[in-house]
Amino acid sequence: MDRDTLRAFLRDMLLARAFEEAAAEQYTKGNIEGFLHLYPGEEAVAVGVIHATEPADYVVSTYREHVHALVRGTPPRQVMAELLGRRDGISRGMGGSMHLFDRERRFMGGYAIVGETYPVAIGVGYAIAMRDLPEVAICFFGDGAVNQGTFHESLNMAALWRLPVLFVCENNHYQIGTEIHRHSAVTEVFRRAAAYDIPAERVDGMDVFKVHEVTSRMLREIRSSGGPRLVECETYRLRGHSMADPGSYRPQIEVMAYTSTDPVSVAIRETVPAYPSHEQLAAVGKDAIHHVTEHGLGAGHLDSAEVDGIKSEVQQLVQEAVEFAQQSPEPEMADAWRYLHVNRRNESLT
Amino acid sequence: MAKEDIFYWQALNRALDAEMAGDDSVFILGEDVGLYGGSYRVTEGLYAKYGPWRVRDTPISETSFTGLGVGAAMTGLRPVVEIMTINFALLALDPLVNMAAKIPFMSGGQFPMPLVVRMPGGVAKQLGAQHSQRLEHTLMNVPGLRIAVPATPQDAYWQLRQAIASDDPIILLEHDLLYFSKGPLDVEAVPLPMHRAAVCRAGRDVTLVGYSRSVELCLRAAQQLEDVGIEAEVIDLRSLSPIDWETCITSVEKTHRFIVVEEDCRFAGAGAEVAATLSERCFFSLDAPAQRVAALDIPTPFNGSLESASIPTVEDIISAAQRVCSVADPGVKP
Repeated sequence: MDRDTLRAFLRDMLLARAFEEAAAEQYTKGNIEGFLHLYPGEEAVAVGVIHATEPADYVVSTYREHVHALVRGTPPRQVMAELLGRRDGISRGMGGSMHLFDRERRFMGGYAIVGETYPVAIGVGYAIAMRDLPEVAICFFGDGAVNQGTFHESLNMAALWRLPVLFVCENNHYQIGTEIHRHSAVTEVFRRAAAYDIPAERVDGMDVFKVHEVTSRMLREIRSSGGPRLVECETYRLRGHSMADPGSYRPQIEVMAYTSTDPVSVAIRETVPAYPSHEQLAAVGKDAIHHVTEHGLGAGHLDSAEVDGIKSEVQQLVQEAVEFAQQSPEPEMADAWRYLHVNRRNESLT
Repeated sequence: MAKEDIFYWQALNRALDAEMAGDDSVFILGEDVGLYGGSYRVTEGLYAKYGPWRVRDTPISETSFTGLGVGAAMTGLRPVVEIMTINFALLALDPLVNMAAKIPFMSGGQFPMPLVVRMPGGVAKQLGAQHSQRLEHTLMNVPGLRIAVPATPQDAYWQLRQAIASDDPIILLEHDLLYFSKGPLDVEAVPLPMHRAAVCRAGRDVTLVGYSRSVELCLRAAQQLEDVGIEAEVIDLRSLSPIDWETCITSVEKTHRFIVVEEDCRFAGAGAEVAATLSERCFFSLDAPAQRVAALDIPTPFNGSLESASIPTVEDIISAAQRVCSVADPGVKP
């Protein structure tokens, strides 16, 4: 792990966290309407995986995809403008938070029906294989998505035709409010890949280095053999203050269960945009950003002044993104019609 | 090449062959389309000619192989997905409705969607309620999808070629009973635009609007109506989304009466849209209320007699025509 790579990981993870906090703030202020699924806690997955890809690879993502797009290189201001539904948004205000698309960066979209990313990814993989190109389709999905039929249908086809697809499970243990032991008979997602003879393994999704290492190896294997791989990243989604309570006197699961249903906690979570501080998270030992920062400091790759420098750089970037988004004009209905009919080219249907 | 009479399935087969030969980004996928040659022979011979990557036999996974088509189309390939019957397409509604129809739009116009999904629908011969559905109304209600409904081998050939060449997602609704019907094919004729309706028979008294298999019924009814002094004009819609309203309106403004003939169930079926729009747009030209001749609102019975009685017949069209022609006609007392 060289210094520049480590710095790039940390920078993107801090950008991700700062961006999502700014998005939560804009949501609370009423500038973002609709659904907003945030990524804090899971940064090591997006950063570890996407940093291992090549520009010619494709990324297919879910409705919790802001950070996937950011790490892929979509400018923060275009992502933020999309969250606000503005004309300069990456999807021109037609998609919103759950539907970021960036064709230039082969970011094939955020999909808001759970389980849709698999068929899109095997379609991209099929196109790559048919043309015998050295590219890979990255398919993100959550633990809640593995009980959709498309998981099994698509893994079967990917294995059958040896399609170049890397399936990446972001296992945050929850399908909305249902914990994995209550939604899956087999809770080790990677084991399911064995049913289709797809090599798979589980990795600590809070550790960006491990995620990057395993992903890089799997991508090399896919490019050399053509067959699919699956990596399960065990991670956690942070919401409100609930993770900041060390709760050492109670089983953690019980704390989670109660805080998720306690109406006061729910109300607080919906109105307070802040996430736990790094210090609070460090206390419970569960923050990917803390982990990577400590590693960098400990190994002498970074000093605290540099970390502060990165933090202020990403803060400024995010602040600019918010200002850009707020100043971007609203799209007009004529734009919507144009996008609907964009593929008709010059064909007249009157 | 001169005109020749061929089967509808052969016309589709030739269209696929022509497009695949001309563009190596075109590929076919579906159940039994390869080695087996297609349930209705539409892909016969293509597997041997183009190989497994371009004529792909799939597992029975309608959702994912249709979604595979969506993903491949986003990269610029031109997939032609065959769904064995429209009844199975219910399992593919997510990729059709949530993906193909919406991705170009939701992405702010960034992505092409050159996807063709072919499927037969309609009532055939005693296939039972699960294999005899008409779902055009469901697909018509999805902005972003286009639906072509060829009634003849000539249109099957043209419209499939046009659909493959288009960057829009297009559903080709075929009909079980049309595959083995014969008609002339002239591959060198200049095609009509894919969505353009065609006046198949001129008349001055009433306009019969049909599509797919009902066009044939309308033509037969028009022939018999001649004997009772009613000259019916017959329009083949050819496309259910968009619908070529101008051709319909021009006809209705001439005949002042129209009947929509559909195999779809009557309640909220395709004909309801045609009747509503033509009533709105031709109100002051109409001498009689809009009429629909449609299927009964019932799952298709297996019993052969009941099955036949559940969908429109030539006689149903003739009586409807006689009925509307006797209404508000200054020369005839009701």
